[in-house]
Amino acid sequence: MNKARLILSLATASLWYRRRVLTLVCLTLTLSVTLLLGIQYLRTEIRQSFTSTISGTDLIVGARSGQLNLLLYTLFHIGDATNNIRWSTYQSMAEDSRIDWLIPISLGDSYRGYRVVSTNDQFLAHFQYGSGKPLTLTNGHWFQDLFDVVIGAGVARDLGHTLYDPLVLSHGGGRTSFSKHGDLPFRVSGILAPTGTPVDRAVYISLEAMEAMHVGWESGVAIPGRTLSADKARERNFTPEAITAVFIGLDRPILTFQLQRELNQHSTEPLSAILPGVALSELWRMMGQFENALLGISGFVVLTSLVGLIAVLLTLQAQRRREVAVLRATGASPGLIAALYTIECVGLAVASCGLALILGAGAVSGFGPWLLEHYGLQVQLRPLREEEWLLLGAVPLASLAVSAIPALNTWRASRRQGFGSPEPD
Amino acid sequence: MNTKTVQTSDALDGGSLAIQSKNVRFCWPGQASELTFPDIHLPRAQHLFLHGPSGTGKSTLLGLLAGLQAPASGRIDLLGRNLGDMRAGQRDRFRADHIGVIFQQFNLVPYLSALDNAILPCRLSPLRQTRAGQAPENTARELLKQLAVPEEHWHRNVTKLSIGQQQRVAAARALMGNPEIILADEPTSALDANNRDRFLDLLLTLAARHNSSVVFVSHDQALAGHFHNQMTLEADS
Repeated sequence: MNKARLILSLATASLWYRRRVLTLVCLTLTLSVTLLLGIQYLRTEIRQSFTSTISGTDLIVGARSGQLNLLLYTLFHIGDATNNIRWSTYQSMAEDSRIDWLIPISLGDSYRGYRVVSTNDQFLAHFQYGSGKPLTLTNGHWFQDLFDVVIGAGVARDLGHTLYDPLVLSHGGGRTSFSKHGDLPFRVSGILAPTGTPVDRAVYISLEAMEAMHVGWESGVAIPGRTLSADKARERNFTPEAITAVFIGLDRPILTFQLQRELNQHSTEPLSAILPGVALSELWRMMGQFENALLGISGFVVLTSLVGLIAVLLTLQAQRRREVAVLRATGASPGLIAALYTIECVGLAVASCGLALILGAGAVSGFGPWLLEHYGLQVQLRPLREEEWLLLGAVPLASLAVSAIPALNTWRASRRQGFGSPEPD
Repeated sequence: MNTKTVQTSDALDGGSLAIQSKNVRFCWPGQASELTFPDIHLPRAQHLFLHGPSGTGKSTLLGLLAGLQAPASGRIDLLGRNLGDMRAGQRDRFRADHIGVIFQQFNLVPYLSALDNAILPCRLSPLRQTRAGQAPENTARELLKQLAVPEEHWHRNVTKLSIGQQQRVAAARALMGNPEIILADEPTSALDANNRDRFLDLLLTLAARHNSSVVFVSHDQALAGHFHNQMTLEADS
């Protein structure tokens, strides 16, 4: 007990005495532990935000394709649809008693690089993200007029759009398009609240507007004289011939697999029905390899700084021979001196971990709002999870392991310690 | 060479001799020549002056007496206990309990204050803590005062002290908790004549007051006059 207190007080005094040199190593270790912890923390947060891109939707149905492809173009607006679904197929689905609600979506156009999603009011009513959070509008209302458009929070922020701004959609995808629907300008009727999902980065119009825009575009370009004017378009009634995909919510989720099998075997048209949760986790598994590599690399960074710490401690050992001589002659055992080295090394690691926690908490609370605003990433300060504590706890343990090198070294040397100060060399 | 011995009347428990050694030989690893040491016979509370030119193994002998090394052959008894019967850990504990040391220089733990350096033996040995009285810190203050270490230096970084002051702090540490034996290895070699005599006087007076035996090693024959017992180490041929 007395010995332990002596070692602790000696170690504290010794660390403080050598603070100039040790501050730098401690800083290196702090930064690397912050990196390690930060990556583990962020990947949990990002996975959370990624897998909560969609919720409440039981099936996504599109033309026959792979499940990742379907997920990517319907939800993340990456890539293009392989084919469309006939409107009649959509209608037959709508009559199915097992289906509670459907959101039809039609893709194809873009607005300054952002996808145009044409849908109906079911999208606002039933699309959910996170843990069942519905979409809300910060400004204005969902589209009512044929040429109303609702924009995502990210689009509004990036392009600086406000309510009632006019905008002209482009035909096809891509940031620069040469064919624009210039004769039929739209008007912003509402802006969605930020969600941190791809919903923020899209523009929403009605299915009818999509049809109206494309009258006279059957050959792929506008044929003069055959396109409609806005007023003429408002007089007509449009029913789409085809849509790109349908989001489906069921009355009883237990029937999901049954319906999925039926849709996949649909006789009149080849369809693919996917479970969004399953597809999302498959997509995450692919990206997970990358984040594991990242975590591994940061683990090596921590190990490198620990080796740096040991190198410094070994260098200091030469300077400490006189002090060891004094302690030995006063009756300290070689074990006590080895323990002194170990405690110092572990003490430094614990201090670095503490500093890393403070640094990390500061960074998360400082950059969190900025990340949400600029990248739509929801990163909040939360208590550490078990695996994060384990990772953090592994650092002092690793330092304990590597401290065996200087400790054994000094233990061996102090057993051979003679009387008096060794010659400085 | 043998020491003149003066028998003291009051034999303390554990034998009346502070140090007794017989036929002690030692060989540093990797060195061919073996060091042979004369026998020592030192009663308690008496001081011994150990004179010898450099290379005669003065520091080696002190290392053997302190139990830091074990002799190749021969026997050393301290306070009636045979060092050869003890394991390394026991010798460390024995040294903490019964021996104070003063080196030629670099005597202090650089990151402890003068006061903490002086108290160090009490923290390593419960026995010396008990002997130092109720409050070892007060005892240390008293010793530092007696050894004329200015009070404003007690809490300061010891590396800021002069060599003379450092050696006096080391003497305070050696005397702390009244160890029976004090081993001093040329503690005055870095001091000027004036400081040297004052240091030696203080050390021997205080050691006598604490009933400690001082084994004082020096190549400076001029100091021999302060001691009753003298011994000279000779270089082996």
